[in-house]
Amino acid sequence: MIEIRFHGRGGQGSVTAAEILAKAAFKDGKYVQAFPFFGVERRGAPVMAFTRIDDEPIELRYQIYNPDYVLVLDDGLLNVVDVFSGIKDNTEVIINTQDFEGSGEHVVHSIDATGIALDLLGRNIVNTIILGYFAKKTQLVSIESLIEVIKETFPGKIGELNAEATKKAYEMG
Amino acid sequence: MIREVMTANKAVAEAARLAKPQVIPVYPITPQTTISEYLAQYVADEKIDAKYVKVESEHSAISAAVGASATGVRVFTATSSQGLMLMHEILFAAAGMRTPFVLADANRAISAPLNIWNDQQDSIAQRDAGWLQIYVENAQEALDTTLMAYKISENPKVLLPSMVCLDGFILTHTVEPVEIPDQEPVDEFLPPYKAEHAFLDPKNPMSIGNLADPDYYLEARHDMQVAMENSIEVIQQTCDEFAEIFGRKYGLVEPYKTEDAEIIFVAMGSLCSTIRVIVDQLREKGEKVGLLKIRAYRPFPVEAIDEAVKNCDKLAVIDKNVTFGIGGALYTDIKAKIHKDAYGFIAGLGGRDITPEAIFEVYEKTKNVPEKEVTWIGLKED
Repeated sequence: MIEIRFHGRGGQGSVTAAEILAKAAFKDGKYVQAFPFFGVERRGAPVMAFTRIDDEPIELRYQIYNPDYVLVLDDGLLNVVDVFSGIKDNTEVIINTQDFEGSGEHVVHSIDATGIALDLLGRNIVNTIILGYFAKKTQLVSIESLIEVIKETFPGKIGELNAEATKKAYEMG
Repeated sequence: MIREVMTANKAVAEAARLAKPQVIPVYPITPQTTISEYLAQYVADEKIDAKYVKVESEHSAISAAVGASATGVRVFTATSSQGLMLMHEILFAAAGMRTPFVLADANRAISAPLNIWNDQQDSIAQRDAGWLQIYVENAQEALDTTLMAYKISENPKVLLPSMVCLDGFILTHTVEPVEIPDQEPVDEFLPPYKAEHAFLDPKNPMSIGNLADPDYYLEARHDMQVAMENSIEVIQQTCDEFAEIFGRKYGLVEPYKTEDAEIIFVAMGSLCSTIRVIVDQLREKGEKVGLLKIRAYRPFPVEAIDEAVKNCDKLAVIDKNVTFGIGGALYTDIKAKIHKDAYGFIAGLGGRDITPEAIFEVYEKTKNVPEKEVTWIGLKED
């Protein structure tokens, strides 16, 4: 089983990202589960979301404490919450940042998803973009399924633009 | 038939759509809200040919549900927590008037202190209302049970309303794969409701639920007891019929590796999933352990429980509710009716995450005989 934890801020689409990833993996033939950190979501406040992916039906019904992957949508959170909490030796962390330098203790990938978002979407919304990078780096989900689910989730022009931005991040992975 | 990734709330709304209710009175409350939103959308899109009644409170929602059901039509409603508390008075009227509709409860803690997270105190507090209560473990079971609940409630031997209890957030806000049946097999399984006994019809006026003096009231309540006893067999029959058409098997209870188990966990709802994984892990270490999932809490399926636990030594009963001064409701029922050494554990109140460590702790304590009959798990001591 693969366990993924998302860190973001309320309004950035972390929960949507967790669900899109689950739906894409489901299209690839996997069993999936995605859920938010249950609580009162406020715009701008730190939030978490979780995705589980497996070849077997998933029967775990508690939060993810020891993730295999951590996706951080906003590097400002690094000063606010411990995004490395509970990570394992082989956990990989992907951070949306322009200037983060890894501490050397953990496997950290950085991608300037904000740059892609501002360039292609005109807004700093990075939830689908970071998934594109994740898909390439991990090969846990196909880019085809990811793009399909993004277009289903956001019909019309917004979906097209998000798909394009996600593909760009995939190529950078 | 299609398979999609969705929340249990959407699965329940899909079940309600497939059941073709004619009246849907509903009032939103976290974490039930998306059920009421999906149903409003389905009615607006004409996917359901129903009257969607917007009401000013849950007391009105349930009152409208009873009134509509008393005219002999199929009715669906849903609520949670404080909403169910506000319905309390009318829940008894619904059962006493023998209106066989279905209510989905997104299980959530009760104030005070204010808490929107999951436990099962809200529905447990309604256990004596005369409703059937079935607790579900995942989104698929939420959908399937909602469909079965109509068939069970509408059975002439039962004619009591049903509450489908699904854990708030843990199920209502978690997406997972769900199979949505086609309308045709659902119609075959669940034909339109046809009220044949007492119902309101202008052409044949009668009144329902009016004064019953001491010469009659006792008999009316006894009839409800008989109906609840009858529902045991009806639930099993309905589950069998459902399995024949849809291929998914359910029962009053679901035993897992209980046959040779020395210790059996007993629990309700989504928690059973995690326990099953822990049972497998303990079995790998040579521990003889099993799980008995209670689906039907009312009626309380004593024979089915007896059969499942007959070979074991001890029961570890986990409750997400508390009856202050005595223990969890499931634990006290087990103690009253099942002649085994049973130990009670209170866990997960107000959304406290029930981790594998918590379940291992329940097992270890049960194995070594707990100091107290009822133990609170995960309690911070300071």
